[in-house]
Amino acid sequence: MTEDNKPLVRIEGLHKYYGHHHVLKGIDMTVKKGEVAVVIGPSGSGKSTMLRCVNLMETISAGRIHVGDALIGHREINGKLHDLHTKEIAAQRRNIGMVFQKFNLFPHMTALENVIEAPVQVKGQNKNEAKNRAHELLKMVGLGDKTQHYPSQLSGGQQQRVAIARALAMEPEVMLFDEPTSALDPELVGDVLNVMKDLARSGMTMIVVTHEIGFAREVGDTLTFMDGGVVVESGDPRAIIADPQHARTREFLSRVL
Amino acid sequence: MNLKDDAPVLNHSVPVRHPWRWFSAAVIILVVLVFASTFFTNPKYGWDIVGKYMLDTRVVQGVGWTLFLTVTSMALAIVLAIILAIMRQSDNPVLRWTAWFWVWFFRGTPVYTQLIFWGLVTVLFPLISVGFNGQELIHIVVTDPTKGLVPAILGLGLNESAYLAEIFRAGLKSVDKGQNEAAQALGMSNGKIMWRIILPQAMRIIVPPTGNETIGMLKTTSLVLAVPYTLDLTFVTNALANRLYTPIPFLIIAAFWYLLVTSILMVGQFYIEKHYGKGVDGGAPQVMNPDALKAQMAGLGAPKMSGQ
Repeated sequence: MTEDNKPLVRIEGLHKYYGHHHVLKGIDMTVKKGEVAVVIGPSGSGKSTMLRCVNLMETISAGRIHVGDALIGHREINGKLHDLHTKEIAAQRRNIGMVFQKFNLFPHMTALENVIEAPVQVKGQNKNEAKNRAHELLKMVGLGDKTQHYPSQLSGGQQQRVAIARALAMEPEVMLFDEPTSALDPELVGDVLNVMKDLARSGMTMIVVTHEIGFAREVGDTLTFMDGGVVVESGDPRAIIADPQHARTREFLSRVL
Repeated sequence: MNLKDDAPVLNHSVPVRHPWRWFSAAVIILVVLVFASTFFTNPKYGWDIVGKYMLDTRVVQGVGWTLFLTVTSMALAIVLAIILAIMRQSDNPVLRWTAWFWVWFFRGTPVYTQLIFWGLVTVLFPLISVGFNGQELIHIVVTDPTKGLVPAILGLGLNESAYLAEIFRAGLKSVDKGQNEAAQALGMSNGKIMWRIILPQAMRIIVPPTGNETIGMLKTTSLVLAVPYTLDLTFVTNALANRLYTPIPFLIIAAFWYLLVTSILMVGQFYIEKHYGKGVDGGAPQVMNPDALKAQMAGLGAPKMSGQ
């Protein structure tokens, strides 16, 4: 049981520059196994960039990120960091699922083909096994009857749920959600959030960048408020939402609640 | 079907009349008729010769060789173009600049000149000899037993690869960046991402202009006399025309065959476009909801059902 208390994701002193633009200014954050960490903040606060650094969608300018035992993107030899080869980075990413704001389903494949693509092509899983598993996953996200549909034949909410199933098919240890409901029509947000809540309750470790304060309150284990590239406040979601300690957090919450 | 009593009274408005459509149609039909009438009155068309030589063995073989040149040189060009387009996107600056130079060179010189050059390779390099320390290791006498076929394919294919490389590059760039990210996030290798995710989507953009290039290539093969290669349709019909002093019937024969092959290629292009349009264009297999299915069962034809 002590295993469960060891942080699964450790972000230490993370900095990110785009040219001279200093986007992340020293982020520290830990997420334990089975925890749901919700990250909020105004646009441009760096919350998406921080999330994208975790699976190396963005390069890391300074600092270290560990997921499990893996040091993301680097190998440390005698205190000096060496970049990993593309193949090694790909291997690290297999353990980290990601769901994007714009779904990014493969439009030339059906929902089922989207879900089995990585297990079959990357893990070398048997195609029939992968299909069985994909049917289960699609049923789990409420799309058991849409397996043969192409993304263009699905609504935004349905596409995002296929995208969640696709990420889960790789059986990742941690799931990253990058504003998963921001591109959805309001009436479709609920279905996606319900799938995410189920996932959270099933014990999946999740980092969720979102504007959905209700989600944070309901299933979040920690809430991190970011602004201007730094963590302003973090802690228990219900405590922060009820009684924010910083003026900037108060101001932000008053605008989104 | 069963209109109720309170159904709306339709307007039945008088449509706008278009007299100029009728006028222009009449003018065009008249011009075409006048021109067509010369088919019967002008003996220089030589319809008897057209009929006699249309299926002549030499002509039909010429069509075959023209098709063979088109297909092989396009295949060579497509393979090279994919490699070049990927090189252009590479992180490696040496590959990037090599691809750029290739396109610059082969697009910047006339294909006719390139064909002459390939025909002269055996003159330029009659012998390839690799040695070390006075010891000859490899000794190859360069000959062309194919009588110009290989130089013709190389000349046409390499020239075309430069144009196709640009088409492929545009196609690869047209695929949304998010596709690459999603595939990367799933842990796919760069090779898999290219072949399974990016290229299939890029093909939708690549196929129409490539079909255009293929039809262009069919006719560019008529330049292979520069090599010289002498079995293609244009060369054969020209040779026959010169021998019989009747150029016009043989031009008609050549035009007929080129048009026929072009039409066949267009049909092929249609099906290739349909294949790569799946999921995006209207080409997505129709997934039926139960009501629509019932409606179709009641109507004509078997429904196209996909799914469990």
